[in-house]
Amino acid sequence: MLDRVKEKMDDRKKVQMDHPTGRVETSAGTKIQSRKVNMWYDQTQALFDVSLDIPDRTVTALIGPSGCGKSTFLRALNRMNDTIPGTRLTGQIVLDGVDIYKGDLDPVQLRAQVGMVFQKPNPFPKSIYDNIAYGPRIHGLATSKSVLDGIVETSLQKAGLWDEVKDRLTEPGTGLSGGQQQRLVIARAIAVSPEVILMDEPASALDPIATGRIEELIHELRENYCIVIVTHSMQQAARVSQRTAFFHLGKLIEVGDTADIFTNPKEQKTQDYISGRFG
Amino acid sequence: MTRIPTTRIIVTALLLTIGIFIAWSLLGPWPTVILTLLSGLGWLIGLTRIRGAAQHASTGARPHSLMGYYATYVALWTGLPSFLFLLAWVFLQGPVIEQLLIASLPAASAGDLTPSQISLLISEIRNVAAGRIFSEPEPYVLEAAERYGRWVAISGQMKLAAIAAVALLGLSLSASRITMAFRARQGVERIVNVLLLVSSTLAILTTIGIVASLAFEAFRFFERVPVTEFLFGLSWEPQIAIREDQVASAGAFGAVPVFAGTILISGIAILFATLIGLPSAIYLSEFAGERQRNIIKPILEVLSGVPTIVYGFFAVLVISPAIRTFFGGTLGLETSPQSALAAGLVMGVMIVPFVSSLSDDAISAVPQAMRDGSIALGATRAETMLQVLLPAALPGIVGGMLLAVSRAIGETMIVVMAAGIIASLTINPLDSVTTVTVQIVTLLIGDTEFDNPKTLSAFGLGLFLFIFTLGLNVIALQIVQRYREQYE
Repeated sequence: MLDRVKEKMDDRKKVQMDHPTGRVETSAGTKIQSRKVNMWYDQTQALFDVSLDIPDRTVTALIGPSGCGKSTFLRALNRMNDTIPGTRLTGQIVLDGVDIYKGDLDPVQLRAQVGMVFQKPNPFPKSIYDNIAYGPRIHGLATSKSVLDGIVETSLQKAGLWDEVKDRLTEPGTGLSGGQQQRLVIARAIAVSPEVILMDEPASALDPIATGRIEELIHELRENYCIVIVTHSMQQAARVSQRTAFFHLGKLIEVGDTADIFTNPKEQKTQDYISGRFG
Repeated sequence: MTRIPTTRIIVTALLLTIGIFIAWSLLGPWPTVILTLLSGLGWLIGLTRIRGAAQHASTGARPHSLMGYYATYVALWTGLPSFLFLLAWVFLQGPVIEQLLIASLPAASAGDLTPSQISLLISEIRNVAAGRIFSEPEPYVLEAAERYGRWVAISGQMKLAAIAAVALLGLSLSASRITMAFRARQGVERIVNVLLLVSSTLAILTTIGIVASLAFEAFRFFERVPVTEFLFGLSWEPQIAIREDQVASAGAFGAVPVFAGTILISGIAILFATLIGLPSAIYLSEFAGERQRNIIKPILEVLSGVPTIVYGFFAVLVISPAIRTFFGGTLGLETSPQSALAAGLVMGVMIVPFVSSLSDDAISAVPQAMRDGSIALGATRAETMLQVLLPAALPGIVGGMLLAVSRAIGETMIVVMAAGIIASLTINPLDSVTTVTVQIVTLLIGDTEFDNPKTLSAFGLGLFLFIFTLGLNVIALQIVQRYREQYE
C-alpha cells in the first residue's frame, strides 16, 4: 500500500529536486552529506565546521554531552531550525545530491521527505487513526477512504503497533502508553513515506521495556530508511547503530563505525567520553 | 537565629492588618484593642511556656514543633473564639434589646398596634435616645428612650467583660495543653483549615443570598402574573394603570420578545467578535513577529478599557447613521433609527478583546511539541494552525467566547442608547429591539413601588436572565470538559 504513496511522493520529490541551482555530486551510498556547517542561535555559535557523511539504509548515532550540538545538527537536516527565530546557517547540507539550503527548495516539502521523531512522544489530540492519516491528508496522498485505511494499517504495522491498536483506532492517541505513543508518532512519520527518519532521543522518556521495543523497531526500519538518532545512552548507540559520530562543544570530534568508536577510538576526547570521564 | 524571609514578614503583617481591620469594622475600637492585646499576650505566654518546658526537659530533647507554632496556637485560640462570640453578640444585641423594649411598653405589648406601628415607635425611641428630637415626645417615649440608652450602655460594658472572659478562657485552656509532646504544628494547621473553610462557605452563602433575594421578589411577581404567561407570552407591554380610572391596558408580561431581543443582539455581537477576534488571535499567537505582537496586543486590549457609555455614543453617532445610510439609502431597505445591528456590532467591538486575548492564550498554551510534530511532517504553518492547534485550543476558545457572551448579555448601556426600549418580536437586525437588561432599567426608573407587577416584573426578568447565563456556563463547562479529556 505504501508503494503507491511512495510513487506519489517520488513525483513530488522529482519536482522538488529537479531545480538546477543546488545540485551537488556526492559519493555513492551517501544519503546526506554535510560540509563545513556552521550554525548560530542569535550571537551564540552552536555548530563549528561540521562535515559528516550519512550513508543510506544505516543507523547513524550522534552522541556527545548535553549542549554539544548534536540535536542542533539533527534539526538542521530537515530545516526544523528555520522555525526558531534568529537562527543562521552557513555551509552545505546535501540530500540526494541537492543542497537543501540553496535556492528555492521548499522546506515544507523537505520535511515530508525527512521525517522526525521527538524526545517526548507528541501525538496530536486526535484519534489514533487521524494521527496517522494527518500527513497523508495534508499531502493529498490518499484518493479514497480505502487507500487511506490501507496507509494507516501499513504504517501501524511497520511501527509494530497494529496488533495493539487495531480494535481502537477511533480512541484518542493521547490515551496510549508512553512507549505506544512513541511508536504511534513513528508510524505517523512513516505514513508520508519519508526516506530519512531523524530521531531525537526517542527513548529517553520511556521505561526499559518500551525502550527495547523502540530499539527493535529502529533495527527493522533500517532495511528501508536512512536513520539518524541522537542519544544520550552510549549502550543504546552501541546496540542500534552502525555508524557513530561524537560531538563535543559544537564540533564533530570523530565519526566511524560504531564498533570502532566504542572499542578503539582515535581521539582522546572520545575515549574519555565513552569511558564516562565526562558528559 | 535564622533570618526570617522578608516575604514571610510582609505576609504576616498583611494578615494581621486585615484581621485587625475586619475586627475593627465589625466590632468597633475597644473590643478590637482588647482582642489584639489578649492575642498578643497569648502569643507570649505560649512562647514562654514552651521555652520553660524545653529548659526543664532532659538535654537534647526538642519540642515536637517549632517554638513559633506553640505561640501562634495559643494566640489563635485566644483571639478567634472570642471574636466569633463577639460577632454573635453584636448581631443579637439589637433584636434582644428591641424585644425587651417592646415588652416594657404596655401599648405595644398589649397587641393594640400593628407591626409597622411598632417599628415606627421603636425608631422614634431610638431617635430620641440618640438626641434627634423633632417634636415634643410623649412622656412614655422619653422614658423608654432613657431605658433604651441604659440597656445599650450596659450591653457595651458587658460585651467588653464577656470577650475578655472568653479570650482568657481560650488562652488558659490552650496554654495548659502545651507540653513538649504537644503537636502545635498540626493544631495550627487545623485552625487554618477551618478558617479557609469558613471563607469559602461565606462566598457560597453570599451567592445563595443574592439568588434567594432575586427568587423571592420574582416569586411575588409570579403570584400576580402566571409563569406560563411570562415564559410563553409573545407580547411585552409592562405599562399598567396607576389610577383605577385611567385609560390604559392591563399590561402584558410575555417575556419572549425581550429574551429574543437579547439573543439577537448578543448573537450579532458574538458573531462579529469571533470574526474579528479569532483571526487576530491566530495572527498574534502564530504568525506575528515579536514587534507586531508588542504593538497590536496592547492596542486590542485598550478596547476592553473603554467605558461602555462611550461605546454607546459611538453606536448612536456613527454606527446607527452609517447603517441607516447603507441599508436604507444604498440598498433601499426599511430601517428604524435604532437597530439591533448597530447595538450588536458595537457590543461586538467591545468584546473583541475577550475573544482575542483568551483565544490567544489558549492557542499559545498548546505545547510546542504539537507544532513541531506537525511541521516535521511537512505541514505548513496554516495547516498546523487549522488542523492541530485550533482543535487542541478549542476548549479555551469556547470558554473565551462564552465569557464574552455572558458579558454581552449583561451589557446595558450600549443597548439602552442604540437598540431602543420597544419590545418587538423580530429577527430582522435592522429593527428596533430591546433586551432584558434595558427592560430592567426602564422598569425600575422613576417613582416606583415594589408592589405592582410592573416593577416586580424586573425581578422576574432578572431571575430568568440569571438562569439563562447559568445555563450557558454549564454548557460551556461541559464542552470544555469533553475536549479536555480528548486532549490529555
